[in-house]
Amino acid sequence: MSDLGYDAAHMLGAVVLLMSFALLYQRRLFSLLNVFTMQALALTATAAWQAYSHGEPHLYITALLTLVLKAILIPVVLHRIIVKMKIHRTIEPALGIGLTMVAGVSLVTLSILLVLPVTADATALTRENLALSLSVVLLGLLMMISRRNAVSQVVGFMSIENGLILAAVGAAGMPLVVEMSVAFSVMVAFIIFGIFLFHIRERFDTLDMQKIESFRGESD
Amino acid sequence: MTLLLATLYQTLQMLLVLALAPLLTGWVRLVKARLVGRRGPSVVQPYRDLLRLLRKEVVLARNASWLFRAVPYMMFTAIWLAAGLVPVFTTQLALAPTADLIALIALLGSARFFLALAGMDTGTSFGGIGSSREMMIAALAEPAMLMIVFSVAILVRSTSLAEIADFMMSGAVGLRISLALALIALVMVAIAENARIPIDNPATHLELTMVHEAMVLEYSGRHLALVEAASMLKMLLYMALIACVFAPWGMATAGSGVAAALGGVLVFVAKLAVGGTLLALFETSIAKMRVFRVGEFLGGALLLSLLGAIFLYVSRGV
Repeated sequence: MSDLGYDAAHMLGAVVLLMSFALLYQRRLFSLLNVFTMQALALTATAAWQAYSHGEPHLYITALLTLVLKAILIPVVLHRIIVKMKIHRTIEPALGIGLTMVAGVSLVTLSILLVLPVTADATALTRENLALSLSVVLLGLLMMISRRNAVSQVVGFMSIENGLILAAVGAAGMPLVVEMSVAFSVMVAFIIFGIFLFHIRERFDTLDMQKIESFRGESD
Repeated sequence: MTLLLATLYQTLQMLLVLALAPLLTGWVRLVKARLVGRRGPSVVQPYRDLLRLLRKEVVLARNASWLFRAVPYMMFTAIWLAAGLVPVFTTQLALAPTADLIALIALLGSARFFLALAGMDTGTSFGGIGSSREMMIAALAEPAMLMIVFSVAILVRSTSLAEIADFMMSGAVGLRISLALALIALVMVAIAENARIPIDNPATHLELTMVHEAMVLEYSGRHLALVEAASMLKMLLYMALIACVFAPWGMATAGSGVAAALGGVLVFVAKLAVGGTLLALFETSIAKMRVFRVGEFLGGALLLSLLGAIFLYVSRGV
């Protein structure tokens, strides 16, 4: 065990990626939120570990922000929204779980293929971190595309942001200001999402995007 | 001398897996019963069941062919041999050069093939249903299993189980994403292959859900005893395989003394106890899956093992 720092960072990043896959696999909204919380916890652990192993105390603030915002505040609020809108029994067939998972693995392969030539002379840790975080971002996008319900699209958006933070904590020397601004812009986006969800619900009586599209005359 | 010792260990291992398999099943059943608040039968109940079945008369269907009678023996032998190949307490085994992961999968696959044939042999509808479901699960589980083998083999540069265990114990490999993904995928495959709860419930005879039980419904007497013993051996085999590849610590290596081998036996029993407890915990905390979702579950295992193989190419020094 000569290089525990590398190994542990590597493992925690993998857990974040695994949780992205678990997000794609979920059918019920509550279990979706639980998995999202776990992803945020894994991300917190990653940030804290990087702070500890590289001796960069400002990453502790990132970890704390992630913990408070992502792992506690957002899941709790989304939970309350789901309860309030009485959609907690919703099962989303979406695109078909199997197909989504296949698409997910293809995206991971794509991001690895993309990262390998670009970072040919970088260290293994940077390469792997970039590959992992790019995969998490792409899987978040896939989640937003493949889900019908607006709440799970919000979760997809939040997991994209998890991927960005994963990239940020991996690249040493990321200024705190950037992290803070990313965190706060997501916070603002989240609030706007919440307001939008209620407005959509009020107007159309549903959060199912396919039904809403028919109002615009897109699908008949 | 070395060869003699290796042969001795090999014999000991064959007997050990045979002796411990019903104990493991009994332990899992006991822990499950305790977890749901029942007292549960004693740990040695599976031994009593097997003995009772062995003493009973065999009742055969009128149209059962020779295949139906031969399958329990073939299946039991193949699985027992496979279980004997996985190093459990020492890597110094006489069969170690042949103990190859791919041979292991082939042995398990042929056992399953014959059992599925036997399920269809008597021509009852249950047997057919069981066989077709078993084949569906097998068709998804086998590629996942092979992908796991390939990722481990790329990392270790060998498919020999003894070499894999030696390599893992040497500490040359740290925590790896690929290994973690392979471990999760292997656990999922093991659950599916052993007909444990999210896929199949070994404790019921409910025709809607059963897979393995439906296939062996027509067996009785010593044939049933052999089939049951084979499935107990299979569960032990998968636990031993997981322990051998991912947690081989405590195993004796070539050159270490007899005391180390005895220690290895104790450590192996401890590993089985832990594995059985974890399995029971998992099974009591999860609900049975619909048959149509098995594809998703095993597809997930296949994709995870595929990811494991892909990630080998970005990590340091393949």
